[in-house]
Amino acid sequence: MDNEIIKVCGVWKSFGTHEVLRGVDLSVPEGRITTIIGKSGTGKSVLLKNIIGILKPDRGEIFFEGRDLTKMKNQELLELRRSMGYLFQDAALFDFMSVEENICFPLVEQLGLRDGGELRRRVARLLELVELPGIEKKYPSELSGGMRKRVGLARAIAVEPRIVLFDEPTTGLDPILAESIDQLIIRVNRELGMTCIVISHDIASIFSFTDRLALLYDGVIEFDGTPEEAKRSDHEILRQFISNSFRQIDSER
Amino acid sequence: MGFFEKIGLYLIKLFNNVKDFAVFLWECCRWMFIPPYRFGQIADHTERIGLQSIMIVAISTFTTGMILALQLVNIMRIFRAEIYAGAAVAMAMSRELAPVITAFVLVAKNGSSMTAEIGSMKVTEQIDAMETMAVSPLRYLVVPRIFASIFTFPALTAIANVVGVYGGYFISTKIMQVNAEAYLHMMYFLVDPDDIWTGLVKAVVFGFLVTVICCYHGLRTSGGAKGLGRRTTAAVVQSTITVLIADYFLTYFFINFCGM
Repeated sequence: MDNEIIKVCGVWKSFGTHEVLRGVDLSVPEGRITTIIGKSGTGKSVLLKNIIGILKPDRGEIFFEGRDLTKMKNQELLELRRSMGYLFQDAALFDFMSVEENICFPLVEQLGLRDGGELRRRVARLLELVELPGIEKKYPSELSGGMRKRVGLARAIAVEPRIVLFDEPTTGLDPILAESIDQLIIRVNRELGMTCIVISHDIASIFSFTDRLALLYDGVIEFDGTPEEAKRSDHEILRQFISNSFRQIDSER
Repeated sequence: MGFFEKIGLYLIKLFNNVKDFAVFLWECCRWMFIPPYRFGQIADHTERIGLQSIMIVAISTFTTGMILALQLVNIMRIFRAEIYAGAAVAMAMSRELAPVITAFVLVAKNGSSMTAEIGSMKVTEQIDAMETMAVSPLRYLVVPRIFASIFTFPALTAIANVVGVYGGYFISTKIMQVNAEAYLHMMYFLVDPDDIWTGLVKAVVFGFLVTVICCYHGLRTSGGAKGLGRRTTAAVVQSTITVLIADYFLTYFFINFCGM
């Protein structure tokens, strides 16, 4: 049995009168890829933001290695975030900084690195990893959507966090770019040993690499298991999700 | 929804907003005293708020000095007291007009851009990204802007004093034919260094308040481009009103408690 690195217990989150999360329970095994699927607007990103602590749940607990992060003080939470990287849906690169400055940001702010040569070496290595060498001096506005996401990934893993959270990493990308992002997620997990939590609509492709699959529906986790268990499951909504995704792939062919 | 329910909801919302702003203000003050300070960023914002605003502040206060002199010389001529116009212009400029006009110009030029810049970062999740990297947006984005404003508002006010007084001198002596020597003599005789200090202290307070208000609205932006526009307008309106209200209380304080 894998160690649980994250455990979400009965998390509720509302915005005004709109209840987005209504008692979410989820376990994330260490060193694995866990994918959360669900309809748009069901609160998948909200769940991720609760896990990293930039949103606070109204009720419930979120444990990181047994420590409840909902009860942590600000300083403890800042320390904890050093163990996590986050790739935003639109990459959220700082538009007033170059690619190099964006990737240096967590290295300087979180690790306190100041040596210019060391920073340049690390940036070059990270850009090699995401297959975008030599774009250090470009600005986010000069990059395509796929390039921005890869730079965002380089920034997210710059401080070598233990967990990387991916918020719809392939949304809006063409199938070839989406495939390359999937390959990067696999590399981050298999080669760098980081735990990955991925939010995705691209069910057909995530089946090939995810270790666990969770379905968020109507504010609760309706299914949590391996891809094989998901395929065998008779859960009606999950079956609809899976069959619709594969039907879409077939029709595209 | 009934009438009283609407009033109740409005009051609850107002109370929550005031509480939210008070917490923000407290956090800003707290972070201002926690090193390390980002001198590079402070210098960058000082250049943007200060150096790039000198010309517009100078034009605004030069014309204000000219208009003031035009009016005062005309009125004082009735009493054959036009040589006092220089002192009146200098006192009005240094105590009130230079800090207030400088603040208004900077609200329009820099306050609005602070809200727009930070607000745009908020709606594109750049602020969230900063938080996920264990960096406080308040410390990284707001505090350097506050320090830059605290330095530049009084510096620009000092320039505004000189330029405004010269505008008054130019109109009074060259156009309205007031005796230049008598004009300057009365100005030196009647204007006190305290008149200048009170104006500069006001400028420091205005700089702090304007920056806090504009950054607060930026960080609370939601709802895309429309929300950003709404927040920018709110920031400019509230900053302008706050400058006037703060000016009244500071003037009251200086007159009644400091004898200035």
